[in-house]
Amino acid sequence: MDYYRVLGIDPKLQLNLNELQQLFYGRSRELHPDRFARAEASVREAALNESSLLNDAYRALKDPVQRAEYFLKNRGFDIGEQGTKDVPPQLLEEVFELNMALEELKSGDDSARPQLATARDQFAALLAQSDVELGQLFEAHDGQPGEAVLKQIRGLLNRRRYIQNLLRDVHGYLSN
Amino acid sequence: MGTFQIDFGDAAKPERIIGIDLGTTNSLAAFMDLTGPEIIASPAGERIVPSVVALLEDGSFVAGNAAKARLAQHPGETLYSTKRFMDRAATPLKIGGKQITPPEAGAHVLLELKRSAEAFFGEEISKAVVTVPAYFNDAQRQATKDAGRIAGLEVLRLVNEPTAAALAYGLDKRNQGTIAVYDLGGGTFDISILKLADGIFEVLATNGDTYLGGDDIDQLLMKIALEDIAAEWGAPVDQDAAAVETLRQAVIQAKEQLSFALVTNIDLEYGGKRYQREISRELLERLIQPIVEKTLGPCRQCLEDAKLTPADIDEVVLVGGSTRIPMVRKAVETLFKSKPHTELNPDEVVALGAAIQAGILSGEVKDTLLLDVTPLSLGIETMGGVVTKLIHRNSTIPASETEQFTTALDGQTNVLIHVLQGERELVKDCRSLARFELTGIEPVSAGLARIEVKFLIDANGILNVSAKDTRTGKEQSVEVKPSYGLTDEQVEAMILESITNAEADIRERQVREMRVEADRMLAALENAKQNDAWFELPEADREAIQKAHNELLLAYHGEDYKLIQDQMEKLDKASLVLAENMMNTAVRGALKGTKI
Repeated sequence: MDYYRVLGIDPKLQLNLNELQQLFYGRSRELHPDRFARAEASVREAALNESSLLNDAYRALKDPVQRAEYFLKNRGFDIGEQGTKDVPPQLLEEVFELNMALEELKSGDDSARPQLATARDQFAALLAQSDVELGQLFEAHDGQPGEAVLKQIRGLLNRRRYIQNLLRDVHGYLSN
Repeated sequence: MGTFQIDFGDAAKPERIIGIDLGTTNSLAAFMDLTGPEIIASPAGERIVPSVVALLEDGSFVAGNAAKARLAQHPGETLYSTKRFMDRAATPLKIGGKQITPPEAGAHVLLELKRSAEAFFGEEISKAVVTVPAYFNDAQRQATKDAGRIAGLEVLRLVNEPTAAALAYGLDKRNQGTIAVYDLGGGTFDISILKLADGIFEVLATNGDTYLGGDDIDQLLMKIALEDIAAEWGAPVDQDAAAVETLRQAVIQAKEQLSFALVTNIDLEYGGKRYQREISRELLERLIQPIVEKTLGPCRQCLEDAKLTPADIDEVVLVGGSTRIPMVRKAVETLFKSKPHTELNPDEVVALGAAIQAGILSGEVKDTLLLDVTPLSLGIETMGGVVTKLIHRNSTIPASETEQFTTALDGQTNVLIHVLQGERELVKDCRSLARFELTGIEPVSAGLARIEVKFLIDANGILNVSAKDTRTGKEQSVEVKPSYGLTDEQVEAMILESITNAEADIRERQVREMRVEADRMLAALENAKQNDAWFELPEADREAIQKAHNELLLAYHGEDYKLIQDQMEKLDKASLVLAENMMNTAVRGALKGTKI
């Protein structure tokens, strides 16, 4: 089950999303169960399986992060682990301050709110930056595929997930 | 062309599929006409079938207007808004001295629509597309499908109501764009955001609340009126079901009037007493503010999930009777910064869309395709009561995920998988769908078994689970134990007795109708025998006609309408020469009398 093959494209990390959507729509027109509503059971089941595979493939490939994870997994990388070694040291300090602010907020001290808002903006900026870096690494890998770049991508994905979790937590506290 | 020629072209047509909106308050059926979708009216000319079921004195059930008419007089023997209970399909509802499950109640309404459609087309209808709220979970969808089966309808597809509405608006004609469909009905609220491109309707995200709708507004007004009445009449009427039901109808009337008037009256006459209260739109708006507000949260979440902002929405479509309320319209307009479409009747638009989807399935409607999503994440219970998500919400359906399972004990032959739906982390906060039991696993040492389980959500939004032993390559049997729904056997046992009767009725009608056709043909033949052309026919032709005539008479008194039809075709063929001769005779006759 190669998602790239399902959509009929080369296994690149950088993809043109408009082209991908066109391919997806075209294949959907051919495979969707609606097209086989009157067919016999075995054909209907095949359409169901094929179109779910197509949808799974499109869902994984249209999102850069999911695409990278899929790509790494297919090349034997374990992507589930979140090594703290991938968290940049300057971020650890941020996290330490953030935790203090969160504690204050939890104990009913609303004065930490502005600090949290600043932290949120900061993390959002970091997240945006990691997306840019991811694009650069994609480009590097597509130009010259290799283990080294993939390792860098994995590191970036871990860092990104860490930032995203922080952002989600801060967001949660601020909206409560 | 023979004189007796009858057009049998219909026989070759594929079976008709109708579209049905099975609503909380009202239900409708529609079909795809040559010019577009049309609502199917009952023989009495009614387009709407109220989703009300009543138990009659003789123990039989009626649904629709006949049932609604009994609401006030027989509140204990009637059920309404049963769609709200589809979540607990196996829990029966009390109606008079009997009990019926929510899918059975739905089935009575569906049967009413099915009969209307059969009267309309003069043929049996057994296939349908049925709409459901987009935010319906797996159990509610399965219950809706079961309702169809109980009513003798094969539900070929469940379509989400907001998506159906988008289809009906034909917004694909503008080719590109992003639309939001805001659907506030009698009992449920949905918001869906779709992207349109070249006939493809791709749902980006959906959200909603399956316990929010016009019924809740009625309850707010009821509360005020009941308090008033208790004070004015000196005693509360809350326990008097007939009084409460009569008041509910008065309150609904007042609510509906306030969509057009600024002030109206709640007017109740009951048991020789009268209650009147002026109510202003302003008061209503103050009352329903929290309800309207409650719809906006899901709208914002839906935008966020679709990774869009209000400015990205090109068009907004309003669906459901409750969107007639000016305050609701204004709230939607404010949020999406776009004037909503209201051209189509919000009560009918969903059924029309269902008919279009029926047309897509039958192949009549080409170039249009719906790509819908699953509204809720699907997961399995793992260690410590935690839910591990397998398929995330807003995934395009069909969608699938495979997961490896093994055994924890030596010689273990069964594995139980608990499947849940919902967004929360813990099992207790999610909705239990079913327990799937993998049975007959080859007994091996702990951790050695390799079972690959495939979770697949089909185009109806319903989960299918299959499993394979990857060591032996054999299909693994899976037993399903629904947490709240009906088992297959239970549904089978509920299939309405009246269905089999209905089928007999249809057969009888078909025979009757075919006899009428045969009468016409036989009369035409008798007439023709008086014509000169008959006597000019060669003996062999006359004999052939007579033989076909006798065979038709034999079939005529039988019960097989197909046989009557076949014999009519034979007679028609045999008498072709006669018909031609008659034409010639007529022409000669005409020429004789003509002076040149």
